[in-house]
Order: sequence, then C-alpha cells, then structure tokens
Amino acid sequence: MNKKLDYLVELEAEAIYILREVAGQFDRPALLFSGGKDSICLVHLALKAFRPGKFPFPLVHVDTGHNFQEALDYRDNLAKTIGEKLVVRKVEDTIKTKKLQDAKGKFPSRNGLQTYTLLEVIEEFEFDACIGGARRDEEKARAKERIFSVRDEFGQWDPKMQRPELWNIYNGKINKGENVRVFPISNWTELDVWNYIKREKIELPSIYFTHERECVVTEHGQLMCTNEFLQLDGNEEIVTKNVRYRTVGDMTCTAAVESEAYEIDDIITEIKEAKISERGATRMDDRVSEAAMEDRKKGGYF
Amino acid sequence: MDLLRFFTAGNVDDGKSTLIGRLLYDSNSISTDIIETLTRQSKTTGVNSDIDLALLTDGLRAEREQGITIDVAYKYFTTEKRKFIIADTPGHIQYTRNMFTGASNASLAIILVDARNGITDQTKRHSVLCAILGIPNVLVCINKMDLANYSEARYKEIETDYLIFAQQLALKNISFIPASALAGDNVVTRSDKMNWYKGPPLLEFLETIEIVEAKKIEASRFQVQYVIRPQTDELHDYRGFAGKIVSGTYKKGQRVVVLPSGIESEIEKIEINQKEVTVAEANDPVVIHLKDDVDISRGNSIVSIAHLPKTEKEITATICWMDNAAFIPGQKILLQQNSFRTKAIVKEVISKIDIHSFLELQSDGSMKLNDICKVLIKTAEAISFDAYADNRATGAFILVNENTNNTIAAGTIN
Repeated sequence: MNKKLDYLVELEAEAIYILREVAGQFDRPALLFSGGKDSICLVHLALKAFRPGKFPFPLVHVDTGHNFQEALDYRDNLAKTIGEKLVVRKVEDTIKTKKLQDAKGKFPSRNGLQTYTLLEVIEEFEFDACIGGARRDEEKARAKERIFSVRDEFGQWDPKMQRPELWNIYNGKINKGENVRVFPISNWTELDVWNYIKREKIELPSIYFTHERECVVTEHGQLMCTNEFLQLDGNEEIVTKNVRYRTVGDMTCTAAVESEAYEIDDIITEIKEAKISERGATRMDDRVSEAAMEDRKKGGYF
Repeated sequence: MDLLRFFTAGNVDDGKSTLIGRLLYDSNSISTDIIETLTRQSKTTGVNSDIDLALLTDGLRAEREQGITIDVAYKYFTTEKRKFIIADTPGHIQYTRNMFTGASNASLAIILVDARNGITDQTKRHSVLCAILGIPNVLVCINKMDLANYSEARYKEIETDYLIFAQQLALKNISFIPASALAGDNVVTRSDKMNWYKGPPLLEFLETIEIVEAKKIEASRFQVQYVIRPQTDELHDYRGFAGKIVSGTYKKGQRVVVLPSGIESEIEKIEINQKEVTVAEANDPVVIHLKDDVDISRGNSIVSIAHLPKTEKEITATICWMDNAAFIPGQKILLQQNSFRTKAIVKEVISKIDIHSFLELQSDGSMKLNDICKVLIKTAEAISFDAYADNRATGAFILVNENTNNTIAAGTIN
C-alpha cells in the first residue's frame, strides 16, 4: 500500500512532530503517564521521536490510590524496560498535607482531587510543559482545546482566550509560572488508537482484554468492579461477568464493559459496532453535568 | 484509507453546525449516549427540530447558551473510503481569526450560502480568506434549498454570481452542491426534490474528491526541530538532526546546504525510528546525519543544493492581525516559521486588503483585530523561505508578542 494513503502514518508523523516541538521549545517538560492506552501510545511515539537519545522529559504519574494494580505494574515495568525516569506523586499525600476532604459517596472518585496533586508536582519540578494523551473526540470541551494549551499559574484553561493555532506552528512561549498542556494525539479517535496499537504491536495492561470480574451494577446500568474503595450498602446488585475496560482510570469512577474480546482485533470489531461513546460507556465523572469537563479543565484538570 | 481535512465557513445562521451534525448523524458517527444528551439539551435550547444537530459541535457552555459557534471545534468521522477531520469554524466577523486557524491546515473549504440570501459580504470574506490561505479546493454548499422551493433557477443564479466574484481571487477547483442540512437533502443521501442536480451529494463528494495539494515546487525542505545527542559510550559521536521532511525527498549521499549559514555538506545517513533508509519523503519524521561536523541548531534548514529557498532579512507578507490589542508601530515581535524563531519588526504596513473585494487599499499604518494587510517585515536573523503560493509549509509564519507571548498575527510570505 502507498504509505501516503495510510492515515495512521500521517497521524503518527504529526504526533512525533509535536513531541519534538515540546523538546525544542521547553526547558522542563514532563509526560503525564496514567497507564492507560493513550499515554502508552504517547510513550511509544516518544521512543520513535527521540531514540537512540533519552527522553527529554520524565514520565509523571499522579497516583490517586484508586488505580488498578495491573496498570501500576505495567507502569513500573515499562519505565524499567525503556530505562526512563518515572516520577510518582500520590493524591493520598496531598490530602494529608493540604488537609483536603477525601472523596465520599458510594463511588468515592478522587478525580477532582488529582488536580491538586498535578498542580503540586508541576510546581515541585517547575514543569513548563505537560504532555498528555487527551483526544478531541473524547468529549465536546476537549474538541475545542488547542494542541498547545496554555494554562495560567493556577492551571486554569480559559477557552475564550485561547491562542490561535495555525498550520503546524506551535507557540509555546509562556511567562514564568504558566505552563502548557500539550496533546500530541488530539486528532486521533478511539479507533485510531486501537488500530495503531495493533499495527505497532504495542503491549497493554491485561484489563483491556476480557476477564471475569465481580461488578456492582450502578443506577445507570454501568458495571463497576467491586473493590475496597466503594462504599456499598449491601443492597446493590452484584454480578459476575466477562468484562474489559475501554478506558483505564480509577476503580472508583471507571466502569467496565461486557466483552468477549480476547485480542485487539476483537476489540476493534467491538468498537466499530459500539453504539455508546468511550467516555459515555465508562466514565461516571462526565455524567455530573453537560459542562463537567469544561468546568474541570477551567479548574486546572487535564 | 487516506485523510481529508476540511473546514466549514458561513454566516451565523447558514446552518454550518447543523450541516456537520447532519453528516455525523446520518453517517452513524454519533453514539447513542450523545444523542440522548442532545435530545435532552434540544428540549431546553433547541429551536427547530427534534434534535438540534448544531448542539453537537457547540461544545462550550457559552456557545450553547448563545446558540453560536465561538471557537473552532474539531470533529472526526470515518467512512469506508476515508477518514475526515472537520474544523467547524465560526462565521461571525469577530471570530475571523478562529476561522483562519481552522482553515490553515485544511485541503478543502466548504462555504455555506443561504439560498435565500445568496452571496453576502461574509461569503466574500470567507472566500478571500481561502484565497489568502491557498486552500486547494473550495465547495460552495448552497444550503436551505427547502426555503427556496428547491429552485434550480435560484441555484444557477447563485452559482453564476459566485463564479463572477471568484474570478478575481484565482481560487482553484470550485464546486457547487444544492442542499438542505436541516431536511437532509443532498447531505448523505441524494435529494429526490432536486432531480435537476446531477452531481453527488455532499458525503459522496467528500469521499471521492481528489486531494490536490498546491505544492508547485517539490524542492527538498527540512527544518531541524531537535538535535539528538545520546552522549553514551557506544554512541559517543552520534549527532542526529531530528525533524520532519517538509517537502521533496532526501537521499543518502545527497549534497545539501545548511541555512542560514550557507555551509555545504552531504547526507551521510537518514534514519526513521532508528532504522536507516535510503530515501525519505515529505511528512516523514526523520533523523538526518551529515558527513561534516557542521554547527547546526534548532530552526536551521537543511535543503537541496539544487533548488535553494530564499534566505533574507526582509520579507513582504500578507498577514491577518489576530490580537485584541492593535498593532503598535515599532513594536518588537517574534516571528516563528515552523521551528525557526527570530526577533522581528513590522517596518511598514504597505496596504490593507479589503476582505470583501480583495482590493488593496491605502493603509494608514494601523492594524487591528481581523485586519488583513500587506506588510514589510524585517527580521534579526535571516529567514529561509519559499513563497506561500509555492510551498504552504515554508511560506507561512506567525507573529508573537514578546511581552504577552500571545500569537498576534498569521502571515503568508509573498
């Protein structure tokens, strides 16, 4: 096949270009690594952008304490295999030092709390650019965000004051205290990510594939795996099903989907047939309001 | 499967967002939970149908409240034939800069015209922007045909008007489609109400149009983004220049010139993902090694000796002013062309371009938000460039305010 006709080649080249712009324009960048498929792709792209050199940035993980063990193991193993620096900061510690109220409720999500830790780690290392795996197809506020998204010293996003972003010229000039969130795979869709993982034969944490799990059925019919962090009252419907995760976030806010997908090809077939969006199927945090993501971003969230 | 990037432009009420919503909705690109949310929202804010398709692209709260598009929204969909990236850009004059942004990467423009109103000042303005940005394909979608009795005469009239206007712009590859985004006529499926129209409906048009990139010269262009120097024991002397091939091809053994220094050398090795290749072409993310130990840093160009770009400290360019604050004569600015950055100053505002007629008007030396002007820029370091008309990637730049760091203008070199 003519490689010019393969859109994955084009998306990959665009992402590598953006990563190299970060390396060229910033003094202290970081790659925010969650253990999810999107940030795993970012690491893969960074290998293509910078090898045989070292990454010009560490991997940074904001650990909410509610992560899946599979994702944590994957993270540690990956950092070791590629020989790059990994910085882990825990939301648990921020809660203690900043005397924050921990998340409450049946599904106590620390999604909002991780913004504090993220801003803390940015301050600690004086990161001037944070690379993230967010995609514009995920959510409608994200669809409006630039690839180089400037945040003020409070990490806030001001959607009305965004810099125009033209051609592939990225303006990373900032004042002291500000930082830039950079999204190299902005233009990828969920399906693009999976097709890329397949093409590049990228290893993933096992929870992306079907496995048997005990789950609580939420009031919206979502499947939340039972775990020590949930505050169940004993009246919930508990089921055991073959499930997998479409996104890997916290155990307290990421739902599993029923699936028989053993391999990447099965997942791709499932996604093509899926009638529900990625975040809609799996994220409880976006259900809060129509503008939940916009509001979180304005507050410093990724 | 290839990728088509296009953008939509039109008046505030021409139904752009509805058209995109219709494309996504009728091509089954919208998930049920999103439709559910839309249905809920449409009940509170929607105006004209069961589902207000415009709400799909208006992602910000202020946009939903005001029922207008403020910023560029990117949307994605895929058919059996192609992957599409849509930049939905605002039509209102105060958001011209956002339209410029959405259009800069596109290879096709869809300009919406309300069949009742015909060609308006905004249609002209959007077309002028397409001409300045060198958009290789323009599709004029004559929308709201349902409100013009699906009249062929009306369609022909608008088509003729537009072609007369477009002559002076030297736009290439102009096509026309009569449609109704709201009713779904000629969007995804062929309309049975306009049998006089023999062309394809919009989606088929998008799937089959040949993507013509107006790259007249295929001269080899490459700019260094980052220098890779592992400095390990086994790779002690490794010094690779990482970047993207902008245009043309590069081969092992090729004679090249480093700019702006003008030093000649030869390509010793080209790597992609650590594998050596003999030839690399446009868009490839490469690491280039030169035979000689030349001093090269980020922003320098490595070009073919056979076809050199211009390297000068003075350029004339057409720029769109994008800052809320007006231009201050003598203002020190930064000019950025891909990875190359230099201090610069606008020495003269030569003329102001009337964005409705494309005529050059006499300038009073001022530039304010959304103005398009021809200017003379002096740079501190020499810039290597091609005319934008010859090479979109080496002929484009942005201007940055050194004090606020904002992007204050976008320019194309004449």
